[in-house]
Amino acid sequence: MESINYQNFRIDAENICVDYNGKVALYDANLRLKPGQICGLVGMNGAGKTTFFNALTGFVNISKGKIRINGESLRSAQTDQVIAYVPQNEGIDSQFPISVWDVVMMGRYGSMNIFRSPRESDIQAVKDAIERVDLTDHLSTPIGNLSGGQRKRTFLARAIAQRASILLLDEPFSGVDIRTEKLISELFIQFKNEGKTILLSTHDMIHVREFCDLVLLINKTVVAYGETSEVFTPENITTTFGGISPDFLFGPES
Amino acid sequence: MELCSFLTLDSFITDPLTHDFMRKALLMSSLVAAVCGFLSSYLTLKGWALMGDAVSHSVMPGVVVAYALGLPFSLGAFIFGVGSVALIGFIKQKSRVKEDTVIGLVFTGFFALGIVLVSKIKSNIDLHSILFGSPLGISLSDVKQTIFISLLVVILLSIFRKDLMLYCFDPRHAKTVGINVFFLHYLLLTCLSLAAVVGLQSVGIILVVAMLITPGATAYLLTDKFDNMTVISVLSAIISSLIGIYVSFWFDLETGGSIVLAQTFIFLFAFLFAPRYGIFKLKKLFAGYK
Repeated sequence: MESINYQNFRIDAENICVDYNGKVALYDANLRLKPGQICGLVGMNGAGKTTFFNALTGFVNISKGKIRINGESLRSAQTDQVIAYVPQNEGIDSQFPISVWDVVMMGRYGSMNIFRSPRESDIQAVKDAIERVDLTDHLSTPIGNLSGGQRKRTFLARAIAQRASILLLDEPFSGVDIRTEKLISELFIQFKNEGKTILLSTHDMIHVREFCDLVLLINKTVVAYGETSEVFTPENITTTFGGISPDFLFGPES
Repeated sequence: MELCSFLTLDSFITDPLTHDFMRKALLMSSLVAAVCGFLSSYLTLKGWALMGDAVSHSVMPGVVVAYALGLPFSLGAFIFGVGSVALIGFIKQKSRVKEDTVIGLVFTGFFALGIVLVSKIKSNIDLHSILFGSPLGISLSDVKQTIFISLLVVILLSIFRKDLMLYCFDPRHAKTVGINVFFLHYLLLTCLSLAAVVGLQSVGIILVVAMLITPGATAYLLTDKFDNMTVISVLSAIISSLIGIYVSFWFDLETGGSIVLAQTFIFLFAFLFAPRYGIFKLKKLFAGYK
């Protein structure tokens, strides 16, 4: 039997289960992603999308299964800051007294000394990241004064500054303006070319077809996983959304 | 005679300074206020007001037991402060009771235990000074302890200033980049317990939560920068303490209550007139407003 070289996979989640005080949120979920792959995570509210992200970031402990990142443990992935998480806009306190610059600088914390005093290289990384998301005019703007799209870009910049090779994005397109949407999709193509691996959750089926090489349909466990063209079928989507037909979800045209 | 000297601001401030106990009270209360004010920024942003209330009340039996056994009261307070939080977490996890109910339940239980212990132990513990504070009657050993604890908290908060800010803002990101969130959680709790201990000398157990949340809330209304928030919080806490002590000296009022009232008035002022977030938005009253 051929042995699997786990180093080939950026993310390798094997039969993972997560339960909160005995309540199962996710079971027997598998996911394998290679460098340069973009994967869409699709499911209903409460289907375990956020739980999946939480497991991959180590924010919740898995009760069963195994997660390997670049063939290594999750712990060492954290130490090496391999994974960046871009939260949903609703997932952050937008009234927190903090500027764009400070948020993006947090992407560098993992590699700084204990006082988190920025070195020249950190300052440069933060500047570059902010430039890539086109927020250079808002360096010292408090995040509370930003639009939804600008705030989303701020957190993307944090992930860029972190120089993570895996990006986990929770609803990257929800509540953003057209300009941000365009900028994010351009960044996705750049990330792909840089060999980054992206896992994004979304409600928008059009985005899945547009960006995602792979799609992972979940409803507490994996309903279907594979190439978008093969897996993203009306039947699978119907199963994922508990019997609601895709016509109802996308409108009759699609 | 008394009234004449009272009328000049100069003597209003300098007269009390001729008393040794007043100088000590002013210094110690300022120190305590600074420590609590520093921590206050984190607690208000983290949403730990109720937690602050719980910990500060829960230290009561610890203080009593430590006094009875002749141990430093900070030790007892610390054990019961952190213990109460551990117990809250445990009950929440193992039962279906909601968190705020568990918090209320645990801290009142501890507080009641403290009161019962005081009545049973009948040593030289002054229940009144524990409940309402006694900054004017602080003893020398208490002074040493307070200075030690205050410095410890300030050093810890200064070292982990940015990590704690990140922990309050986005713990998931902290975890993702390999920062020990578990450690930061307990660090903040430890600082909270210690600040409650020093704070209760100024204003007493019942009101110490005000020292831990009001300055932070005031500062939050006045700035959008975290560092400024810390500075404003510390300053407003110190100024409130000084005002409270002077006012209580001249008008013969309860000192702890006066300090907290001064904090509340400063908060109300910010609430009404803060440039951006106040009800009347002071900025708009000036012509240059854009």
